[in-house]
Amino acid sequence: MLTNTLLLALREIRRNVLRSFLTILGIVIGVAAVIVMVTIGSGATAQVTEQIASLGSNLLMVRVGQHMGPGQTTAAPPFDLDDSQAILREIPAVTEVAPSSSQRLTAVYGNENWSTTATGIDNKFFTVRNWAVQSGRRFLDTELRAGKAVCVIGATVGKELFGEMNPIDSSIRLGSFSCQVIGVLEAKGQSTFGSDQDDLILLPLRTFQRRISGNQDISLMQVSVAEGRSTDKAKSDIEEVLRIRRHIVGAENDNFQVRDMKEITKMLTGTTQILTTLLGAVAAVSLLVGGIGIMNIMLVSVTERTREIGIRLAIGALEREVLLQFLVEAVVLSSFGGVIGILLAVSGSIGLAHLLKIPFIFNPGIMVIAFLFSAAVGIIFGFFPAKKAARLDPIDALRHE
Amino acid sequence: MTAQAETERHSLVELQAVTKVYGSGTAAMQALRGIDLRIDAGEFVAVMGPSGSGKSTCMNILGCLDTPTGGKYLFRDIEVGALTRNERAMLRRHHLGFVFQGFNLLNRTSALENVELPLIYRGIKAAERHSRASRALAAVGLAGWEHHTPGELSGGQQQRVAIARAIVTEPAVLLADEPTGNLDTARSIEIMELLTAFNRDQGITIIMVTHEQDMARFARRVVHFRDGLVWADQINGEAH
Repeated sequence: MLTNTLLLALREIRRNVLRSFLTILGIVIGVAAVIVMVTIGSGATAQVTEQIASLGSNLLMVRVGQHMGPGQTTAAPPFDLDDSQAILREIPAVTEVAPSSSQRLTAVYGNENWSTTATGIDNKFFTVRNWAVQSGRRFLDTELRAGKAVCVIGATVGKELFGEMNPIDSSIRLGSFSCQVIGVLEAKGQSTFGSDQDDLILLPLRTFQRRISGNQDISLMQVSVAEGRSTDKAKSDIEEVLRIRRHIVGAENDNFQVRDMKEITKMLTGTTQILTTLLGAVAAVSLLVGGIGIMNIMLVSVTERTREIGIRLAIGALEREVLLQFLVEAVVLSSFGGVIGILLAVSGSIGLAHLLKIPFIFNPGIMVIAFLFSAAVGIIFGFFPAKKAARLDPIDALRHE
Repeated sequence: MTAQAETERHSLVELQAVTKVYGSGTAAMQALRGIDLRIDAGEFVAVMGPSGSGKSTCMNILGCLDTPTGGKYLFRDIEVGALTRNERAMLRRHHLGFVFQGFNLLNRTSALENVELPLIYRGIKAAERHSRASRALAAVGLAGWEHHTPGELSGGQQQRVAIARAIVTEPAVLLADEPTGNLDTARSIEIMELLTAFNRDQGITIIMVTHEQDMARFARRVVHFRDGLVWADQINGEAH
């Protein structure tokens, strides 16, 4: 009986191609909207996660001062190299500590000027940040110890100062001194926070302290925690060590902060996920509206097709066969709408992902859900009109003009 | 009548003191006031009468679309009044064919698909359905018109499709409600000849409502209704 009903329903849909298309338009748009929102949302989430992972896993950032909001910190005494050595020595879970200090300055090569950030580091920086040198090399231990005037530049700096030229072995001027370029970092692109990660110049820490900052200060320690060890534990250990070293006692607030990259990941992905859910929910409302559209058209269609229903009943169609026919029609229509919506959504989200420069993540789960939801919409909103059709009196229906 | 002389005649449909009242209380309208009518297999009966005489109500009851208020309607000794809506639908599906004044074809649907419709409800497989529907269309003289929609057919042709749809299931009774009401005389006569042929050659019992004397002439028996009663019931002397 079901195949017959399906046949009747398909014939009915074919009989009214335009009306059928208009009926499902709401569902098409609803399904497409839900899928595009969720796909773009999960793409954005994935991008955030990936970028944070590229900073290095199990990374703790130790900064001077208390975090008071974006870019604001309270004044506090800086760290020095002893602090970083103490952390490495006293906490077994810590595998590397990369101390660094930064300052904004202008780099000059020939006629080109570029304002960027100079950061003094040692070679551990490359390890903890999981960052490779694309061409050239890292610093030699002798260069680090002697504070030689050598630097490794970020991809953006390379592009701005040298254009298409090979920067290796060229000399750039940083403030008062000249510095030989020995390497170019691999490009990392924009960070989650919107800044250009490749816009920097790396120098040996000693060079930086002597020639740029003129002091022994360390503003940031990037701490790498051993794989499988708790970063929370490492974090509290670091806090304990630093409190002792900085003579902070009792209830006094820390004048430094230790941030876990996982926390930041969680915070940022949390935000994008909330946004995704919100957008998805808004899109789901449009799917609901699409369902009501189907109900409307089906109700009109029952009135319009009263005589046809009369003919079917006179010929001997059972009440439940008429009910089933209208129900199947609604479900077939809304499922068609679902499929078209999915196709539209896939091409739409590929295009949009490309446009927004976020990864396109094929998510079959949401497509299955959207499809099932559209079919369910057909059942729910098709039932009332179908019931109305099945209840018609054949004599009245036949007389209907 | 001679053609069926050797077959034993038995009652196919029988109305016993059938009454039908619409509405209730003071608004009640008595459409049928006690009809006794027996029609045997193989008959060709014309039902005549002025509008409001109860002939349409009677046809609805005979077609199992409606049930009597009082009295009994026996279809092959089954009391139709006691059946549920679905049981009556099954009875229509398996034993009755309908032809209407307004043709009542599904529009934008090919002639073949229209004729297939009752076969679909009977659950007949596609291949057999196509061949039976094609044969029915050929029997009404519409071979080659299978894929035309009602909009592309003349009134006479549409009524032929409707007749093909009614006879494709080989029903026991064909109920025709003013089948020539919307057609000109030439087309009407063609339709009547077609019905006569099905009655004669396939033994399909035909009950036809008409108000045209010329059309009633084709039937062998004419039943006249007036004021909800059978006024006259006569064998048509002029029938050929």
